Amino acid sequence: MFNTVLSASIQGVDCKIVRVESDVGDGLPGFNMVGYLSAQVKEAQERVRTALKNSGFYLEPKRISVNLAPADLRKSGSGFDLPIALTIAAGYGIITDKSLEGVLVAGELSLNGKVNGIPGVLSIVAEAARNGCQKCIIPLENAAEGEAIPDVEVMAASSLREVIEYLQGKGMLQKVEKRIPGIGEEWECSGEDFSEIQGQRAVKRAAEVAVSGFHNLLLVGPPGAGKSMIAKRIPGILPRMTPEEILETSKLYSIAGMLPENGSLLLKRPFRSPHHTVTASALTGGGSIPRLGEVSLAHNGVLFLDELGEFSREVLEVLRQPLEDKEVCISRSGGTYTFPANLMLVAAMNPCPCGYYPDMKKCTCTYGSVQKYLSRISSPLLDRIDITVEASAVTYGALQDLEKSESSATIRSRVERAREIQRERYLGTGYRFNSDLDGEGMQKYCSLKKEENELMKEAFEKLDLSARSYYRILKVARTIADMEEKDQIGTDNLQEAICYRTIHKKFWMGR
Amino acid sequence: MEWNWYWLCSIPGFYRWNIRNLLQFFETPDAVRHASEGELSGLPFLKEEQKKQIICHKRSFSEEEEYHKCRQRGIHFISCEQEEYPSRLLQITDYPYGLFVKGNLPGDQERCVAVIGARMCSNYGRSMAREMAGLLAQNGVSVVSGLACGIDGAAHAGCLEQGGRSYGILGSGADICYPRENFRLYEEMSAGRGGIISEYPPGAKALPFHFPMRNRIISGLSEIVVIAEAKKKSGSLITADLALEQGREIFAFPGRVGDALSEGCNRLIGQGAGIISDISDFLTETGILDKKVKKKKNCNIVLATAENMVYSCVDSQTRSLQNILEQVDLPVNQVLSALVSLQMKGLISETAKNYYTRNG
Repeated sequence: MFNTVLSASIQGVDCKIVRVESDVGDGLPGFNMVGYLSAQVKEAQERVRTALKNSGFYLEPKRISVNLAPADLRKSGSGFDLPIALTIAAGYGIITDKSLEGVLVAGELSLNGKVNGIPGVLSIVAEAARNGCQKCIIPLENAAEGEAIPDVEVMAASSLREVIEYLQGKGMLQKVEKRIPGIGEEWECSGEDFSEIQGQRAVKRAAEVAVSGFHNLLLVGPPGAGKSMIAKRIPGILPRMTPEEILETSKLYSIAGMLPENGSLLLKRPFRSPHHTVTASALTGGGSIPRLGEVSLAHNGVLFLDELGEFSREVLEVLRQPLEDKEVCISRSGGTYTFPANLMLVAAMNPCPCGYYPDMKKCTCTYGSVQKYLSRISSPLLDRIDITVEASAVTYGALQDLEKSESSATIRSRVERAREIQRERYLGTGYRFNSDLDGEGMQKYCSLKKEENELMKEAFEKLDLSARSYYRILKVARTIADMEEKDQIGTDNLQEAICYRTIHKKFWMGR
Repeated sequence: MEWNWYWLCSIPGFYRWNIRNLLQFFETPDAVRHASEGELSGLPFLKEEQKKQIICHKRSFSEEEEYHKCRQRGIHFISCEQEEYPSRLLQITDYPYGLFVKGNLPGDQERCVAVIGARMCSNYGRSMAREMAGLLAQNGVSVVSGLACGIDGAAHAGCLEQGGRSYGILGSGADICYPRENFRLYEEMSAGRGGIISEYPPGAKALPFHFPMRNRIISGLSEIVVIAEAKKKSGSLITADLALEQGREIFAFPGRVGDALSEGCNRLIGQGAGIISDISDFLTETGILDKKVKKKKNCNIVLATAENMVYSCVDSQTRSLQNILEQVDLPVNQVLSALVSLQMKGLISETAKNYYTRNG
């Protein structure tokens, strides 16, 4: 007897609906599975058979054929156990085939019949809703992931027996309540707060500007100046994620199997800080079946690269495309995958191998070694960094300053206001933040008055700016004006933005 | 072209003292060149490897090939026996036997001053070297230096800017611009605004031990050696020692006590080098200039209060932004915008990322 039920397969970060078909008929007893399956899926037959047996259902020796359609799509993962078990149960007449209509099922089985959690449930439920399924049955462990998707009834199951009884109409499954993610949940700030940082006013200000406009940030300075300390506190001033952002990011984390322990969605913006020994494929994603890289895991959040100069050049070069396109495109023989990567890059580095340049009293580097150190970071990468600021060593005076500086919460409220202004302004356009602006958008939103124009003209000549840096200065000035809630960019905003402009080599060596 | 001398000076791996030994033994370059392979391999003062080198050079050397090589690269060769060879250089004990020149050699009547110093230098040293070289050029004095980064480059640039002639002495073949950063200066000098001079044959690599050796040529070509900035252990001090042996006058720019970049200079002054407390004084003292030039007057610019506060914190020593912020009690954004407007007015300059210093 032929039966079918819907399930879904994760392809990169996308989800494809898969029809699980099975036929139980006469012939030489056996269990055959077809449909371009990976080893994990093929192993399902042992789990399914034993789980059904241990759930108290006797299977007569019959010929069982299972097909996962479309047959040209490579399927992997353990989420097909439960749908296969249900179609077989229907084939044996344990449940009616009608009960499986319009239902999407995903879940892994234990030998004892327990339903285990699987990665990517959020995407699967969203895909089900998009395809007009009425009902989803998902593992209880992943129940929270079903909360956020409206338009589809989600049931959470803990065991195979429970599911079969529910489909027989004898029992009930736990229904997942819907709610909008992030609403009503309190923000819990991590222990690290900006108020703990003495001095470094310029760097703190630069961090605030960077976060307000989602600009990439580079901190340059000697060891012990507090670059990493400041970078690690940036998550505390990042604004809350909107419900859409929570869904986007949580989908990725769900696929990577990295959602928080309690199974809830990701409410805090991600902060990823890979070590400088990271490989290119770990950073962007890779593998024969591409897995998410650090840039995608930092989607809607911060990617922090400490000791930027120590990363291998090849690794840094792969960052260029994601920073420009806000997504990573990975081509493998099995297909091309696109992972989102809309991130804010925060990087910290020393100006030279010993770390003390341009303090000639301490710097022991030769001219060549400073140049060599700097050339590890290519100018195309520097071109994508809007704000660069120097973090020099704190003096004793600043350490003694007992006056507590602003807390992260105060700064965050200002950042949220600046973001709100940007959201209102860019409503209905493709832009989200000032850092997204392109040439056209810049003309529309960053127009300068006569006085400001003259300032830029003068700066262009006297300070040897490039065309690229000109646009970056405008974008940053727009953010600073937004922080002051001004419609028009003022001269002081421009001047401050000029201070944050990127280093280029000629300038770095002071010639 | 004096092919015998050319042949002698272009044996790979042979330096001045090796050539001197050969000449002591054979007396003339002609004799060396035409010595039989048996004679050469019997020389007691050559290492086995050098014997191989010289025999190999003897077999493969082709005048025609070398002639085209030099022509193509714009290099000509002057031996110590030729008239064009600078007589000043001939006075030093270990004068090079031949010079490979791209551009010109300084004439015997041409006054030359060497301006040298550290590669990793401060903005102060750089601007002093540039100003000194510029003033020398204005008074018709040529500037000799080593085409290195830092002070050397600034000296060449300052001289060329003022239309003077400048000579770069290289530690590599004259056809190789090392370091590449100074390519513009190299081009300008080799095109006739002075020259590029080397004792190493075309194609010779810039090996580290070449540099102390070329220093003797820098001081040898000049009558005065000026050191702008030097650390305690610096190549410039080697040049100063050589200059002293060669009987050249030495002057140094003084620096603050405890300033690592001026330690070498201050020590030289302590040992008796001339002190440069004022460039125009130096010029009159050395007879380059007859009367004192008037200093440019600073024009008064009205500054806003914030700018004034910031300006008073920046001094001739480079200050970091952090340092300035600690002293000025103003919001960060105001300080940043004041710094930029001061830069626009030309009162301060940014020497490294977020490091500022007062101009002149």
